[in-house]
Amino acid sequence: MRRLTRRQTLGALGLGAASLPTLHGLLPHQGLHGGGSTAAASAPGGGHGNGHGGGVNGPTFKRGDVVDHRANGFNPTDILRDFDYGKTRRLASGRVLREWEVFAVDKEIEIAPGVTYPAWTYNGRVPGPTLRCREGELLRIRFVNGSAHPHTMHFHGFHAAGMDGVPEEGDGVIASGDSTVYEFEAEPFGLHFYHCHVSPLAEHIARGLYGTFIIDPKDKRADADEIVMVMNGFNTNFDAEGNQVYAVNSIAFHHVDEPIKVKQGELVRIYLVNALEYDPINSFHIHGNFFEYFPTGTRRQPTDFTDVVLLGQAQRGICEMRFPHTGRFMFHAHKTEFAELGWMGFFEVSA
Amino acid sequence: MSSTEQPAPGRAPLGALDRAPAWALAIVPLVLIIGALSAFAAFGGSTLGERVGPAVEELAVERTVLRPGEIDLTVRNTGPDPVDIAQVFVNDAYVDYSTAAQRIGRLGTQTLTLRYPWQEDSPYVVTMLTGTGVTIEHEIEAAVETPASNASFFGLMALIGVYIGVLPVVLGMLFLPLLRRLDGRWIRLAMAATVGLLGFLVVDGWLEGSEVAASSSGAFGGVELVVIGAALAYFALTAIDRYLLSHRDAAKAKGASGHRLALMVSIGIGLHNLGEGLAIGSAYAIGALALGAFLIIGFAIQNTTEGLAIVAPLSDERPSIGRLALLGVIAGAPAIAGTVIGAAAFNAELAALLIGVGVGAIVQVIQQLIPAMRDHTGRALYPASIGAILAGGAALYITGLIVAG
Repeated sequence: MRRLTRRQTLGALGLGAASLPTLHGLLPHQGLHGGGSTAAASAPGGGHGNGHGGGVNGPTFKRGDVVDHRANGFNPTDILRDFDYGKTRRLASGRVLREWEVFAVDKEIEIAPGVTYPAWTYNGRVPGPTLRCREGELLRIRFVNGSAHPHTMHFHGFHAAGMDGVPEEGDGVIASGDSTVYEFEAEPFGLHFYHCHVSPLAEHIARGLYGTFIIDPKDKRADADEIVMVMNGFNTNFDAEGNQVYAVNSIAFHHVDEPIKVKQGELVRIYLVNALEYDPINSFHIHGNFFEYFPTGTRRQPTDFTDVVLLGQAQRGICEMRFPHTGRFMFHAHKTEFAELGWMGFFEVSA
Repeated sequence: MSSTEQPAPGRAPLGALDRAPAWALAIVPLVLIIGALSAFAAFGGSTLGERVGPAVEELAVERTVLRPGEIDLTVRNTGPDPVDIAQVFVNDAYVDYSTAAQRIGRLGTQTLTLRYPWQEDSPYVVTMLTGTGVTIEHEIEAAVETPASNASFFGLMALIGVYIGVLPVVLGMLFLPLLRRLDGRWIRLAMAATVGLLGFLVVDGWLEGSEVAASSSGAFGGVELVVIGAALAYFALTAIDRYLLSHRDAAKAKGASGHRLALMVSIGIGLHNLGEGLAIGSAYAIGALALGAFLIIGFAIQNTTEGLAIVAPLSDERPSIGRLALLGVIAGAPAIAGTVIGAAAFNAELAALLIGVGVGAIVQVIQQLIPAMRDHTGRALYPASIGAILAGGAALYITGLIVAG
């Protein structure tokens, strides 16, 4: 079905292009016409530039092409284990107050080698920062809208109606240049999601305004190598019909070139979040291993021991596993179309 | 400039301009035009303000070559702005590919070699993702390995050209002895049937040319190429005809007109067969045509009637075998060139132009034949000739059904 609509879109290419001017007109045009990929190819730390796959060996971007993470301002490998705990202080009541400042900013990012996307971001990265706190704390998030468009931050969890980050409740929509403070208690514990809730909703999310929100239980989870994987995609032609690029943490095939390094036998905990728009489902599959699955992370008992989970939009869950063998093990969406459009990577398990 | 000194009534008296030499009147406006355009190119852009909207990115795939594990696309930028092809996916899977340069300038071309394990007979959609995220798709309706362009392949193409062009035309010419026996009335009807037959070819060529033009990238025009080709052929043939006429008339009185007419008909049909051969060769090259003996027979039957059209004007003549053979080659041999060119380097724009040439040539031939249809009262259209025209058209329509089958 999607292919049909894509073809139709192509037929109306002029029309599709006509919907772009408002976006492009507002954004800086730096590096709009690629060249970024050639710059990136020689950039240090750009990964194994020779690539992987091709032909029967699997999908790949044009071999040798890599994304310029430095120009993007974020590297998906760093995002995996980057937890933003904010600033804490103890209130007179003895309770912990945890504070963050999050700003929205429009930013052109290179989502695939040579392909730029006019993103709307929290803190200049897609996905936004992984905000992490402990159950029962008082949370205060100061949101500054530096984007040219109106935005909010809407958190999944318990909070007052005025703190919901939706239009016409509390401070409602935060206009460009304005700011607000969201304040609520951290509950319930689990793996949550935050995103912009301004209309058109699908676009505000798809443009990149989403992030992971982790509330740790009062009694800590077992020590583990913790990894955040936000499954997302980019509808680069803005036809609102599926996506052209699929990934974890935005950069497709990134972990094919730069496998995620883990230790054999060590507990690995993946905070898996589905932020994909324009496709009803997403999935996660791991090779050579099975995991305990905790949907939304709100119960301490796993509901499944599996190697594939299926997630709808904004669904998330915690996967806990230990790799029994060393070597390279693939992980990817078992919606294989997404895998071949970028949503795949490798774990590199060492002794 | 050497006209009278007396100003014409109502005209201004002669000024300095009228006395200036003619070359100056040509040079001065040219210099001014170049100067004004250069000034605009240098400074005028700023007077138009900022460009509104994103770059317009358009690409057309002009040629697709399939080899085991590889797909070659020759892509042309048909839009006003340069296009960067950043990545490519085939049936929703990103593929490795190689190309000389990522950026394609306006009207520039680039060949992308995709590494993809395609399967015989399967359909594919190749999507080119540009640097700005625009997707441009190219559909391969059924993947078929492109024949290797070697000597035996071109030999086969030439043979097909002989089968569909030379042989049937020559066979059709074998009706000449019969035509000789017929009296003038029947000859006129044979001419009318030929006109009907050629009229059908005009319509057929026009439709095919339009179809081919529609499938072209449009960078160099579409249907107007058919029109240009037709006009070129029509006027070129008219010029040749006038030239032949002025020379022959001086030599002999009326005797050569049959030969001249036969030559013009064979040139016209030859140009038509060039376009037809092109269409057949290209269809075969891209695997869109299953070349069966039946199809060849269909084309051959159809083209046999073309041979008849060539010899119809010769019913009063005594042409030598050599002359007849030459006429047959002129009419038939272009089909060989057409199949070879079509199979080797098919280009929709060139095909549209050449098919247009065939159309214009045949219109010119029809115009030549009409006088030979006239009865003793000087009418070209009378019940019998109308019937013959329709019969000629119907003959091609029916033989055309065999080809379609």
